[in-house]
This record gives sequence, C-alpha cells and structure tokens, in this order.
Amino acid sequence: MIVVNELHKTYGETVALGKVSLTVKEGELFGLIGPDGAGKTSLMRILMSLLLPDGGTATMNGLDIVRDYKKVRLITGYMPGKFSLYPDLTVEENLQFFATVFGTTIQENYHLIKEIYQQIEPYKTRRAGKLSGGMKQKLALSCALIHKPEILILDEPTTGVDAVSRKEFWEMLKRLKAMGITILVSTPYMDEATICDRIALIQDGHLMSVETPLAMMQAFAEDLWAVRSKKIYHTSKLLGQLPSMISVNSFGQVLHLVTPKGKHTPQSIKEFLSLHDESELTVEPALATIEDVFILLMNNRKAKS
Amino acid sequence: MKRFLAFLRKEFFHIFRDPRTLIILFGIPIAQLMLFGYVMTNEVRNVKIAIVDHSQDDFSKRLTNRLLSSGFFQLSAIPTAEADYENLFRSGTIKELVIFGPDFGRHLINEGRADIQVIADASEPNAAQLIVNYTTAITNSFVKNELMKDQVLPGINIKVRMLFNENMRDAYNFIPGLIAVILMLISAMMTAITIAREKESGTMEILLASPLRPIQIILGKVVPYMLLSIVSALVVLALGMIVFKVPVIGSFALLLAEILLYIFLALSLGILISTFVDSQLTAMAISGFVLMLPSILLSGFIFPIKNMPIPLQVIANLMPPRWFIEINRSVMLKGGGLAEIWPNTLILLGLSILFIFISVKKFKIRLQ
Repeated sequence: MIVVNELHKTYGETVALGKVSLTVKEGELFGLIGPDGAGKTSLMRILMSLLLPDGGTATMNGLDIVRDYKKVRLITGYMPGKFSLYPDLTVEENLQFFATVFGTTIQENYHLIKEIYQQIEPYKTRRAGKLSGGMKQKLALSCALIHKPEILILDEPTTGVDAVSRKEFWEMLKRLKAMGITILVSTPYMDEATICDRIALIQDGHLMSVETPLAMMQAFAEDLWAVRSKKIYHTSKLLGQLPSMISVNSFGQVLHLVTPKGKHTPQSIKEFLSLHDESELTVEPALATIEDVFILLMNNRKAKS
Repeated sequence: MKRFLAFLRKEFFHIFRDPRTLIILFGIPIAQLMLFGYVMTNEVRNVKIAIVDHSQDDFSKRLTNRLLSSGFFQLSAIPTAEADYENLFRSGTIKELVIFGPDFGRHLINEGRADIQVIADASEPNAAQLIVNYTTAITNSFVKNELMKDQVLPGINIKVRMLFNENMRDAYNFIPGLIAVILMLISAMMTAITIAREKESGTMEILLASPLRPIQIILGKVVPYMLLSIVSALVVLALGMIVFKVPVIGSFALLLAEILLYIFLALSLGILISTFVDSQLTAMAISGFVLMLPSILLSGFIFPIKNMPIPLQVIANLMPPRWFIEINRSVMLKGGGLAEIWPNTLILLGLSILFIFISVKKFKIRLQ
C-alpha cells in the first residue's frame, strides 16, 4: 500500500508537486495520468527515495520513504522513464546483474518473470542495446521484478513502444496485479487509463481527480457531442464560436464538442452550423472518454486560476 | 560482497566490450611512448652532414674519420663547388657543413691553430645548436688527444660529468614523466567518464534505487581501473627499461608503491570530477584539457618548473604529476629512497585524502 500525504516539491520557482495526497491500495493497479511535466516523474522519484520532498510524508507498505529508504528500496521494483539497462550487456547479463545486486538469483524468482522473460529468452545472448523497443521494456520489467518486489513503480513504461507491445505490456501488468503486487504506473496515453483499477489525473503538480476510470467517465458533468464533418478543420473553427460552448477537440476524424448541461440539442448545433453554410454533418450525443474528462478538468482549473 | 563482485563483473564487461576504452587503456600509452621515444627526440643521432676538405692531409682526414665514427653524424655529400652548398641545405640533404681550410695539418702543427668552418641549418635553432656543440666537442677532444699528448699546458681543464644521465639520454627524462602522464590519463579520465556514462544513460538512477551502497558503487568503478592502470604502468615501465634502457637504480618495490599511491590519487581525482559533471563529453573535456595539458606542460615533464614565471610555478605546485615525476626521477635515476622522497609522498597522500574526502561529501545518494 502506498500512502502519500501532502507531498510537496519545488524546483526554484516551479512547483513540481503541490501538496499531493493519494492512497494506492494493496494489490491495486493504479494509473497516474497526465501530460509531460505534470509531476508524474517527480512523484515516483520521491517515492523511490531518489528525491527528497520539500514537505509532506509518504509510506510504502508502512515504511517511511525518507527515514527507511534503504528498506523501501528492497521491497520496490522501479522502472525509470528512460530505458536504463546496460546496452553493452546481454539480456541475460543484465538480468543476472540486477538479481545479484538485489541479493537474489534468476532461478529463485524465475516463476515471477517467467511469462515475460520467456518472450525474450530466445535472445538472451543478444546485447540489450540491440533489442527492439518492446523487448527492451520486457527486459526492463523483468529486471524490476527479479527481486520479487511488493510494490512496482513504472514511469511511462509504454512511451515509445509500438501499439502491439503496449497492449501486451498492459496484459502483463494485469497478471502481475493478480499475483498481489501493488502497481503504480504513469502514462501520458489516456486510452491506457481504462485498464487501471483507479486513476489519478495530474496536471501542473496537482491531482485533479482520483477515481475508477468508469466512475470518472460517467461523472462527466456537461453534455458531450460527437460531430462528424467532411471539412473537419473548418467545422472545428466554427464550433469555437458556438454560444456558451466549453471546448472543441478533435479525436481523429471526430470532433468532441462540450457544452453546458441541457444548453444545446443536436438540432440547435446543426442549426448554428447551417447558418455558416455547414450542412453535411452529423451530431450525436457521445460518452465521455478519459481524455474528455481530463480536458474539462484542466479547463476548469485554468478558469479558476 | 556478492553484490560488489557482480558490480565488478559488469564493469569489466563494459571495459572489454568498448573499443574506445580499450584504445585509451592500451593504445595511448604505447603511442605516447613511441612518440616521445622516437619522434620528439632532442638527441643528436645520424645527423646528415657534408664535409669539404681543402687540405686533404693526414690531420683533416683523421678528424673527418673521428666525426663520422662518432655515431652522431652521417656523411651525405661531398660537394665540390661552393655553389652547391646552399642547395644542399635547401633541399634538406644536409643539416651541417664542415669545411677544412687549406693546409689544415701544417697550420695546426706550426702555428698551433687552424681553421674549420662549421655551417649549420638553423631553421631548427635548438637542433642546430646541439649539432654545432657536438661538432665542437669532438674537434676539441681530437686536438687535445693528437697534439697535446706529451705536453703539459697551463690552463684550466674542465672535466664535465652529467650525473645520473651521463649520456644525456632523452629516455631518462621522458619515461619517468610519461608514466605520470599516462596514469593520470587512464585513471582520472576513465573513472570520470565511466561514472558520467552511468548518469547519462540513466542507469545511475537504477543503481541509486538499488540496495547498492554508494561506497560499493565508487569502489566498483575504481577497482577495475586500478588494476588496468597497474598493468599499464608496468607495461610502460618494462618498455622503458627494455627498449629505452632506462635504469631503476633505487628500490623497485618503493617505485611500485609510489606508482600505486599515484594511481589512487588519479582515481580519486577522476571520481571528484565525475561528481560535478553529468555527461561523458564534459567529463572527457575536463579531464582532457583541465588535467592533461597542465600535467604535461606544468609538471616539469617537458619544461623545468624553476624557469617558469612565479604564478605558473604556483599552479605547477598544485599539479599532482609534478610531485610524482620528481619521485620517479629520484628513485629510477638517482637511486633515491624514502629518505629523499618522503615530502613528495606525503603531498601525494594528502592530495588523495583531500580528493576522496570531497568526493564522498559530494557523491549524491539521490538524484538532483
């Protein structure tokens, strides 16, 4: 279990974390969702005792991250954002090294990494630097798991990895969760958020919401419309002038239009657009995605400050 | 201990799998040795000369033989026309021209004086000076031997002995100095680079987040380079003794102990550098320019420290190689013992402790 209590961290003028509080339950797959620079890495580094907080406390399975940092390091597995294994060592040598450093052997905990490691085992004599992005991630995860950690902290593990490998990676996380490992994972990809048990939306060092992905999407407070049009760029500009609209964002070929609850109907939106010679389009109510939630919360925050 | 050994194993993998590291470790010492040994030499050996003998008598021929058999000179031309002289110099065929005046032997016996003209190529002033000095010396000794065998002449007879390096061999100078420079290069630069590499590649983040203690990380970095530096030092020493015939008159064990101390010093300096750089490139630049050049130029290796302006002398005194080169010269050439070199040893020891102290203080157990 990870308990974060009012953690605070600044770099000069910049606030990396502003009194963040958070609880990750035992055996939970918890996602930290936010863009680059939101404070995800700072939080994880503080939890890994790599950075000292300026204020606040945190415990990992009851161990204080500042006072008991040596013990914390033994019970946690950590995968930094940057690929950080030794490119000039082979797959097996990397794994061997981290096993020994954490005072264990590959054999002892092989069952933990078996499913992941088996996929890269055919290449175990290959230098880690020559692996593909997906295989590198698998190796890094194996190395983070080899000492049987109770808590796993993964900083953007799927950034820079192809879509298939990303999907596989999340499948692996689910299986690790089933083994009872508490997992805190960060990602800038909103679509990955739905796989987590609970997520925290983080922006500018502040948590905007902590919920299950489903609850978060259902609690969307405003009306959301999916607008399809042939001239998507033009339409999006027009919608920007719709009275009392909140936001327009493009999701591939679809525009997500947010308007205040009960203010508009598909008919009223179409009418507005046809005033400006836009007729060939469809407008229908849509279910909010995590990204919609994120954008709405972000705009609300901006409006307040 | 198991952890530490695993770390060592990893370090050796890094070293032996990186061609650049291997080149620096073993290529540079040998290249420098050859460079200083054969290229940047100040010694006079087989200098190409021309001889014009206008007298062709017994004396001039014997002096010619004496010059050519000395090993310093090599006859490259016997010009006949005066017009050729300049061309020979211009084309680089000769570096020196020796002209015997007419009736050389007769003048010498009858009047006690005779003329020889020596013309040297002074486009390389130092070399020209040396060549002329050698020629003069050989001529003077010839005259003494030939003419004054039986006579006792009034005057001062200066007998010069170049102590500790009777033949003024360059190798005696550069081997002790080169050991200092090479060890500084390998030990300091390589440790600084290897620690900076961990930071650059992000692996330091994992190492810090692991149960490895900082001292284990530092020692794990130091020990492999310590071993390799010792090997490198022994190679240079062996080449110096075998190929360049530099003696070790003093205690060999003492010399090795001092080398060990110096390696330790260089390694601690490398760690110190690594604590305030984040990339391999900066590490290399700092050890290269801030360390290498002064340790060659300001250490007394090439230029005597006593001839430097006072401010530079002060800086030179802060250069660890300066003290180590003195130790080397003393032990290798003069047969010095601890009685002579204890102040230098103490300075090296003090500097090492200082560097290690600052490094440990500065080594971060966290990021930032």
